[in-house]
Amino acid sequence: MTSHAVPAGAHADAGHEEFDEHAWTSLGLDHMKLAFWTFLGSDCFFFGSLIGTYMSYRGQSLVGPYPRDVFSVEVTSISTFVLLMSSLTMALAVLYAKTNRRSGTISMLLVTAVLGASFVGFQMYEFAHFYHEGLTLQGNLFGSTFYVLTGFHGTHVAIGVLWLLIQTLFYGKRWIRGDEGNAVEVAGLYWHFVDIVWIVIFTFVYLMEYVE
Amino acid sequence: MSTAATHVATHAHVEHEEETGLWSWITTVDHKRIGKLYLISSLLFFALGGLEALMIRMQLFRPENNFISAQFYNEMFTMHATTMVFLAIMPMSAAFFNFLIPLQIGARDVAFPRMNALSFWLFLFGGLFINASFLFHAAPDGGWFGYANLTGSKYSPGHSIDFWMLGLAILGNSSMMAGFNFITTILNLRAPGMTLFRMPIFTWMSFVVQFLVVMSFPMITVGLILLIFDRNYGTNFYFPPNGGDPLLWQHLFWLFGHPEVYILILPAMGIVSEVLPVFARKPLFGAPFVIFSGIMIGFVGFGVWSHHMFTVGLGPVADSAFSTTTMLIAVPTAVKIFNWIFTMWGGKISFKTPNLFAITFVFLFTIGGLSGVMHASPPIDLQQQDSYFIVAHFHYVLVGGALMGLFSGIYFYWPKMFGRMLNERLGQISWALFFIGINVTFFPMHFLGAMGMIRRSWQYPAGAGLDMYNQMATVGSLFIFFAVLVSFINFARGLMGHGELAGDDPWDAATLEWSIPSPPPHYNFAKLPTVHSDRPFWDEKHEGGPAVSQAKIAGPGPHHVAMPPSSYWPILVAVFQGLVFVAFMPGSGSGAFNYDAFLKQVMIQGPVALAMLFCILAWVREDDTPR
Repeated sequence: MTSHAVPAGAHADAGHEEFDEHAWTSLGLDHMKLAFWTFLGSDCFFFGSLIGTYMSYRGQSLVGPYPRDVFSVEVTSISTFVLLMSSLTMALAVLYAKTNRRSGTISMLLVTAVLGASFVGFQMYEFAHFYHEGLTLQGNLFGSTFYVLTGFHGTHVAIGVLWLLIQTLFYGKRWIRGDEGNAVEVAGLYWHFVDIVWIVIFTFVYLMEYVE
Repeated sequence: MSTAATHVATHAHVEHEEETGLWSWITTVDHKRIGKLYLISSLLFFALGGLEALMIRMQLFRPENNFISAQFYNEMFTMHATTMVFLAIMPMSAAFFNFLIPLQIGARDVAFPRMNALSFWLFLFGGLFINASFLFHAAPDGGWFGYANLTGSKYSPGHSIDFWMLGLAILGNSSMMAGFNFITTILNLRAPGMTLFRMPIFTWMSFVVQFLVVMSFPMITVGLILLIFDRNYGTNFYFPPNGGDPLLWQHLFWLFGHPEVYILILPAMGIVSEVLPVFARKPLFGAPFVIFSGIMIGFVGFGVWSHHMFTVGLGPVADSAFSTTTMLIAVPTAVKIFNWIFTMWGGKISFKTPNLFAITFVFLFTIGGLSGVMHASPPIDLQQQDSYFIVAHFHYVLVGGALMGLFSGIYFYWPKMFGRMLNERLGQISWALFFIGINVTFFPMHFLGAMGMIRRSWQYPAGAGLDMYNQMATVGSLFIFFAVLVSFINFARGLMGHGELAGDDPWDAATLEWSIPSPPPHYNFAKLPTVHSDRPFWDEKHEGGPAVSQAKIAGPGPHHVAMPPSSYWPILVAVFQGLVFVAFMPGSGSGAFNYDAFLKQVMIQGPVALAMLFCILAWVREDDTPR
């Protein structure tokens, strides 16, 4: 709502009189989306530091177990595939939300959350398995760096799952303020980012162990 | 007139009375009020940090002095630095980000007003939390840089480092959120016609700073997380017996720590770039060069961190590379200094208090910058590392530089903030005391460093020839004490309503913030101006340019402009978010995983995190439509 409607052409720069001040943005971009991109840029430095720590300590453990002793690249490949597929369903959720296909949005958000939750489940299984094999947080550098790096990624996924579930509720109840499509898209940005970070982690932490 | 029609429409509304009282400040989302909250709290923390500095100087007045214990001395220099960097200079800059950026770009508020309030409350709780350590006789004593593994559980078994690292983590959260907020605000809320290169220099420098904040704070966050894991759960990141490397901390810390230096200085550079042209009656000389120099400082600032680590032995290749980048970063800095000098050159300079502080900034920052370039050479740095020469250098940059710039800003913008002028005579007395005090305190430290006096040493031997310079420094610090006292009296008088009314534009300045009433109404601009140049208000007044001032485009009040309602969710989220960090306390310092302590931590964190989630959801559900 413009609070100061004026007759068109009544002023030299009438073009500017018409705009809705509360919807006005200089770049024409949504505030939330822009702010979220800056957050993702910032989070790159967060994961960059964690991955850098992992890489600089790679192969520096004084005692075992070493990565090849515990890794099962098949299991992790499956969980990676699950997470990648969740990005597909997330993209569909954004598409449906943008085109206002409500039931499609809700089901895709829920499928994404389920896929994300199963990734977290895989990771919990993996952690338990590795712990059973003797890899502890305290035992050696590999344990410390591995658990903290993948643990923080898993926490990001878990927060994402929580976000998706809450967003499904809000979307279903039409509680979202402003543009619903944008809100789903911002959740999508987060989801894809977390997915991309996992691709980097999977490559540097797991796959590189098998390249020699 | 189109504005006449506007008035008919708006006069029908009753103008919002600005609310007063404690509750209205706790729930405020107004960027100007949040700016004032930042200013007042940063000044109080600044006084605390100053008293800590005085304790240090009293101890060093005589050789082999026993005025305070070695332990207390360690606490004093740690808390002095931590307080000044994170609780005084940064939030004082944030006060200006908050108050000025929306006014300078012609906006009604920041992009996320409630998140802005959250940033402030997190900062305040973080600051109080770090200082609460004094109540538990566990003040941080590991230096502001917290080098591993001195801060590990083996050498710092108590809770002192916990206060420091958890407090810093809270403060980092606060700064990063402010960073996302201001980047969005500056990119997205500029008034029509306010292109990026028509933005005032202060907004530009703040813009660069926000990028430094959001890129550098994640790295210290990771460093702190690894430290928390080492101290709480017995991991090996900084623990050499199991293969860990204390150098990792140094890299993560200085990857943050050097950009932090520019986070501290760039806002002051922005303020000085606003003040000098106004009092020289000239436009800023080569404004685009000042902007691009600021951007270049921001970029290169990420590539110089290892010059803090020349003495650890990174090898000749790394040393040469970081030596080169360090010398390189002096270039854009020098460009700015020449720009400021040429701005004053041939101008009709009036030596009002803000200008005195601004000129002092240029002079003292140059001295600090020159001694800084010396450290860029590794062989020279090997001699100077950890000596008082370094102390002299960064106090010239941070006190002579950043602090003088910020005081210039306080004296310059006070009339806009509070509507009344500060006392000019008190301001000039404070400036004179500052100028004498800074030079008498910090200049002799160059000699002390050259003579071999080591930083952070609790005592120095008699008969080593160090007595006189130390006594000079202590006497100088008293001058600074009185300088601060006089300024504080001036501010207190101002807050109590002394001083003549300022009017909209007391300095005949050029930018948008002076085209609205002082203090600004809570909606800032009854009608958003359309901007046609980089000095829109100057052009209206002196060059016959298009009107931007409210008096011309919106007419005299009253107006009704819809503004976001106040909210108590930010402070609640801040409390619970702070508690999530505080809950790491019980298990910390053991250096091994302790099941009972971990259980305690989770028992606190679980409910607190749920409460925070509840508040965030309530926040999302809250109707924040401007009204």
